[in-house]
Amino acid sequence: MHAVHHKKPPRVGDTPAIRRTLIAIVLILGAFLVLAPLIVIGAQAFSEGIKVFAAAIAHPDTLHAIFLTVVTALIAVPINTIFGVAAAWAITKFDFPGRRLLLVVIEIPFSISPIVAGVAYLFVYGLQGLFGPLLDAYSIKILFALPGIVLASMFVTAPFVARELIPLMQAQGRDLEEAATSLGASGWRTFFSVTLPNIRWAMLYGVILCNARVMGEFGAVSVVSGNIRGQTNTLPLHIELLYHDYQTAGAFAAASILTLIAIVTIIAKVALERRGAGRASRRPNLVSPAPASETAP
Amino acid sequence: MKIRLDNVVKTFDTFRAVHGVSLDIESGELVALLGPSGSGKTTILRMVAGLEYSNGGHIYFGDQDATDIPVRDRGVGFVFQHYALFPHMTIGENIAFGMTVSKRKRSSQEIAERVANLLRLVKLEGLQDRFPAQISGGQRQRVALARALSVDPKVLLLDEPFGALDANVRRDLRRWLREIHGELGITTLFVTHDQEEALDLADRVVILNEGRIIQQGTPEEVCRQPNSAFVMRFLGDTNSLQTVVKDGKALLPAGEIDAPGCPDGPADVFVRPNDLDWAPDGAGIPADVRQVLDRPGNRRIIAATRNGDVLEFDVAPETAVHAGDHGMVHIRRAKVFARG
Amino acid sequence: MRRNVLPGLRLSLGVTLFYVGLIVVLPLAALVFKAASLGPYDYWAIVTSPRALASYRVTVLSALAATVFNLFFGLALAWVLTRYRFPGWRFVDALVDLPFALPTAVAGIALTALFSANGWFGGLLAPLGIKVAYTPVGIIIAMIFTSLPFIVRTVQPVLEDLDPALEEAAQSLGGGDWTIFRKVILPLLTPALLAGLSLSFARALGEFGAIIFIAGNKPMETEITALLIFIRLEEYDYQAAAAIASVLLITAFAMLAITNLLQARALRYTVRN
Repeated sequence: MHAVHHKKPPRVGDTPAIRRTLIAIVLILGAFLVLAPLIVIGAQAFSEGIKVFAAAIAHPDTLHAIFLTVVTALIAVPINTIFGVAAAWAITKFDFPGRRLLLVVIEIPFSISPIVAGVAYLFVYGLQGLFGPLLDAYSIKILFALPGIVLASMFVTAPFVARELIPLMQAQGRDLEEAATSLGASGWRTFFSVTLPNIRWAMLYGVILCNARVMGEFGAVSVVSGNIRGQTNTLPLHIELLYHDYQTAGAFAAASILTLIAIVTIIAKVALERRGAGRASRRPNLVSPAPASETAP
Repeated sequence: MKIRLDNVVKTFDTFRAVHGVSLDIESGELVALLGPSGSGKTTILRMVAGLEYSNGGHIYFGDQDATDIPVRDRGVGFVFQHYALFPHMTIGENIAFGMTVSKRKRSSQEIAERVANLLRLVKLEGLQDRFPAQISGGQRQRVALARALSVDPKVLLLDEPFGALDANVRRDLRRWLREIHGELGITTLFVTHDQEEALDLADRVVILNEGRIIQQGTPEEVCRQPNSAFVMRFLGDTNSLQTVVKDGKALLPAGEIDAPGCPDGPADVFVRPNDLDWAPDGAGIPADVRQVLDRPGNRRIIAATRNGDVLEFDVAPETAVHAGDHGMVHIRRAKVFARG
Repeated sequence: MRRNVLPGLRLSLGVTLFYVGLIVVLPLAALVFKAASLGPYDYWAIVTSPRALASYRVTVLSALAATVFNLFFGLALAWVLTRYRFPGWRFVDALVDLPFALPTAVAGIALTALFSANGWFGGLLAPLGIKVAYTPVGIIIAMIFTSLPFIVRTVQPVLEDLDPALEEAAQSLGGGDWTIFRKVILPLLTPALLAGLSLSFARALGEFGAIIFIAGNKPMETEITALLIFIRLEEYDYQAAAAIASVLLITAFAMLAITNLLQARALRYTVRN
């Protein structure tokens, strides 16, 4: 009779019965709630055949929606990134009164409903808003045009890059920057040569999350864009339009493009997490760099 | 480069870390700032570097008032406690950094030559292309020193340079730092909480506690002539006996001990462990042996006097003594300081 | 005040304050201003109108249900992903991020396709008399989908960093698995769990795109507050939109305060320096 040798005594909850039950429950629920939506998008997109799929995507309105979404991202994401870097630098490398308050204010957009964001922008740049009459006098269009869409998108994604950089730079401390300054480097030189190389993966992580959210933003953009087919519809809005027009296959075809971007985002996320960005930098018990042998002088 | 601190004060929020410290460091001197944690020694070092700004007083480099000059322009070489080597640059690039960003332009050949020279100075030739993560702690510290020296600093400042290393690595690096200092002759100020390190390395030791200088002098001076109970307790092991001073003499069961300059009243007699002798009888302070501890080189006795003072001292290993024995403790040398 | 040693404070702080002021603070201030310009009676009348109250009820109750479900599901997911290794676990781990990365409108039409009467799942449930799409259940499912990552990702790091010595000590003292989980592991997870729950709840309250396709949007029954605001805008009733939006705003601030408090407590438990 063979004795069963375990390598280690079982940890809490490690009995086969519990393992199998929990894994089964999680996988089944996960399949229903998370995997199935992913699959159904592809299924519906091709439900009327490839010709309809291609036609929907090649339609001028769809192409314009894609164009608008991409342009919005190309403007909003870099600006947000610069802001995120500036905010992280100010907050982590210096002490000043109101630092904590600033941190809280930066995080606010994360908790606010996108509809509320859109409405708020309406009341700044719309006709009944603060600057409305002024803008109208000079015929400057912010709402119901690209600028409004970009601004609302920047509101919604403002915290994304900053919240990736701040914990990381906080943990890294100021030693390296102080060393560089003591050696004679200017502020810009210190930032580009010393700080940036150590935060680039976290920054990239923030950028791809920001991008995914900008491209997918629906609620806020619904309010500020005016929904004019072929002119001010981003891709998510265009999907809604097609759907309510009962062009289901077309809607899902357009949705599949955004789904593809989401999948690429997740893959990039996983790759970057392996380099220490995202969750890895937010771990509460931060691991210091592995010490090399301390016994050799 | 001579450094002078004139009544320098530093306050963090409501905590006064440094109380009006004045200190002169001669050109080429190697001075240790020694003290327990919280004594303000690192704060003082960082103020000399320009990594903190003082809240009062002045700092002079030579004849120039450097108090408001930013760290970038002070020309100091700072070695951080945890090295602060740029992890994404090679050793060579780390050392070259100060030269590549300096206002004085050097050709890349010049820079490479200097890097090689510095690596030779710190005995790390050939490691230019390694990364900090690939070398040992002691090697990293030497790279940090080479990098600090690369900018031709007028002053070299080291913050607990060997604190994170093993004991034997520390000893080797100590010897080596002494050699380098001898070779280069740069005014050097370093912070440590390790007394052995301060006494081994420094030309002058400055002892700090709670933001104030308690005593400064050569290692010989602070060891042989401690000026207060704090220094007596902080440097090395010490025993203390409670006593009363009258007319400049401390009264003990064994007799009287001179207490020059000590005011009348309660005081403590401080005795180093090797200045106490043990005998079963004869002259001395009666005491009972509580514990006998054996060590490889000697035998240590823990004994208590009649009025509760506990004494700890060494005797020759062959000495016949056991817990519970009664005997006499003889004081060879002692210092007396008033209590309170 | 400490004088700062590193360069660049004025520039970085200037950029930050300008951006935050223009992009975040200004619009919110404008909204508050607009809502305040209503005057207390009108404001109260709009904010407590039957349709508004019904929308609060639908939104809050659905968010609560979704959060409770995610409490158990999210905790189970975090546990399984941290402690068990099975083929495909990396895939499952990555999949948890899908609701975070997927546009809400896409999620909305996908969930509707699944749970409508002729959908894959809706079709299975219909003969049993269970309707999901165009009912509050649909709203709850959409909220579950979008809020799931928040709980999982808040709990996972804490579980991963749990000191095995604590469990070993408990085992050596004779505790059974369930006891150890209840008395040792769960208390240590609780701060992070609460923080994740409040994040998840806040997200569910404000969600729009994923819900409006599957909800049916019947006023008084399956209309969420965010949609009510949108409808008022389409009716050009800007005052009503401002008033109701301010209610959501106040709630968001309250949730933000709670989340920050809970996250600070969570950090106190786990930082080991």
